[in-house]
Amino acid sequence: MKVSFTLNGAPTEVETDEQTPLLWVLRDQLDLKGTKFGCGKAACGACTVQVDGTAIRSCSYAIKFAEGKNIRTIEGLGNRDNPHPVQQAWMDFVVPQCGYCQPGFMMATAALLEKVPKPTDEDIDRNIVNVCRCGTYTRMRKAIHRAAELHQSQNLKK
Amino acid sequence: MRFRLFIASLLLMGSFGLAYSLSDRLPETVPTNQEVTAEDPFTLMMNVLTHKRCVNCHPNGDRPRQGEDSHYHNFGVVRGPDNHGLEGLTCNTCHQSENDDFSGVPGAPEWSLAPIEMYWEGLSRTEIAHSMLDPERNGGRNLKELVKHLTEHELVLWAWEPGVNSEGIPREPPPVSKEKYIEAVKAWAEAGAVVPAE
Repeated sequence: MKVSFTLNGAPTEVETDEQTPLLWVLRDQLDLKGTKFGCGKAACGACTVQVDGTAIRSCSYAIKFAEGKNIRTIEGLGNRDNPHPVQQAWMDFVVPQCGYCQPGFMMATAALLEKVPKPTDEDIDRNIVNVCRCGTYTRMRKAIHRAAELHQSQNLKK
Repeated sequence: MRFRLFIASLLLMGSFGLAYSLSDRLPETVPTNQEVTAEDPFTLMMNVLTHKRCVNCHPNGDRPRQGEDSHYHNFGVVRGPDNHGLEGLTCNTCHQSENDDFSGVPGAPEWSLAPIEMYWEGLSRTEIAHSMLDPERNGGRNLKELVKHLTEHELVLWAWEPGVNSEGIPREPPPVSKEKYIEAVKAWAEAGAVVPAE
């Protein structure tokens, strides 16, 4: 099956079995290794990407659902010269330890900030339910608040 | 004498239950004395509607339940303002419009929680039936619309195609076949939507 979608701003088309999880299309066919396989059960959140702005677990998202959608992965969030506020905050607080789960956390956080620009601790706890086995949650919470500030000031400049 | 007849009528209604008409107006109440058996339409219908595949998403509160043991949904998932989760953690973060057999995540069109007024968890069969027939607790549906919802809505009928869990084990469907359930719902409604006494 051919599936066409926008990936990190670029028109993209893939041909694969329609049930293939988006995660494996991203990693194996499109060579975008930033999105990670964790549990494969939509439980840990390591595979989180954004589909039309909503955080989605790509391990449980058949590629056929991607037709016509706007997909954003960690590679499309920002870059070294122009990091996304979430990426900048993550660096400011040196959040990652092993780092494996962090792309998923950052994609979930970036999606949350678009809908809840100034999340409270409770908002963070209830919306960001990814799993970090290194236990970086405390630094992550600080970074999310910082990312919200950066995101708001960035929006004010626009 | 009239007073005695009135009291007798009340007792009859209390003893034998209430019935609803298949008209557009709900509820219309008349006393009946329909016998309840293991094979009668009401029992067959309720064997389905009280099953975990239905009740898990009709919780008495803001937390969905899941699994064969109806435990609270993992990850602290909550109802949210539109019965579809929170801003950053919607139902569609994990659930799509069909089951995903790779991850074991169930899915169907319009996957969401039933509105809080439609809670069934903790209710008896007759209480669920009265709730379904109450326009204030059934989304404003008349009986025809209720039957349509119960027998045609894809999210309801997902119960018979619940897919596998994350271990690859098939989820348990309701104890009555889909065909028999649909037949029972229609027969129950056409016979006046009788709700037996407790």
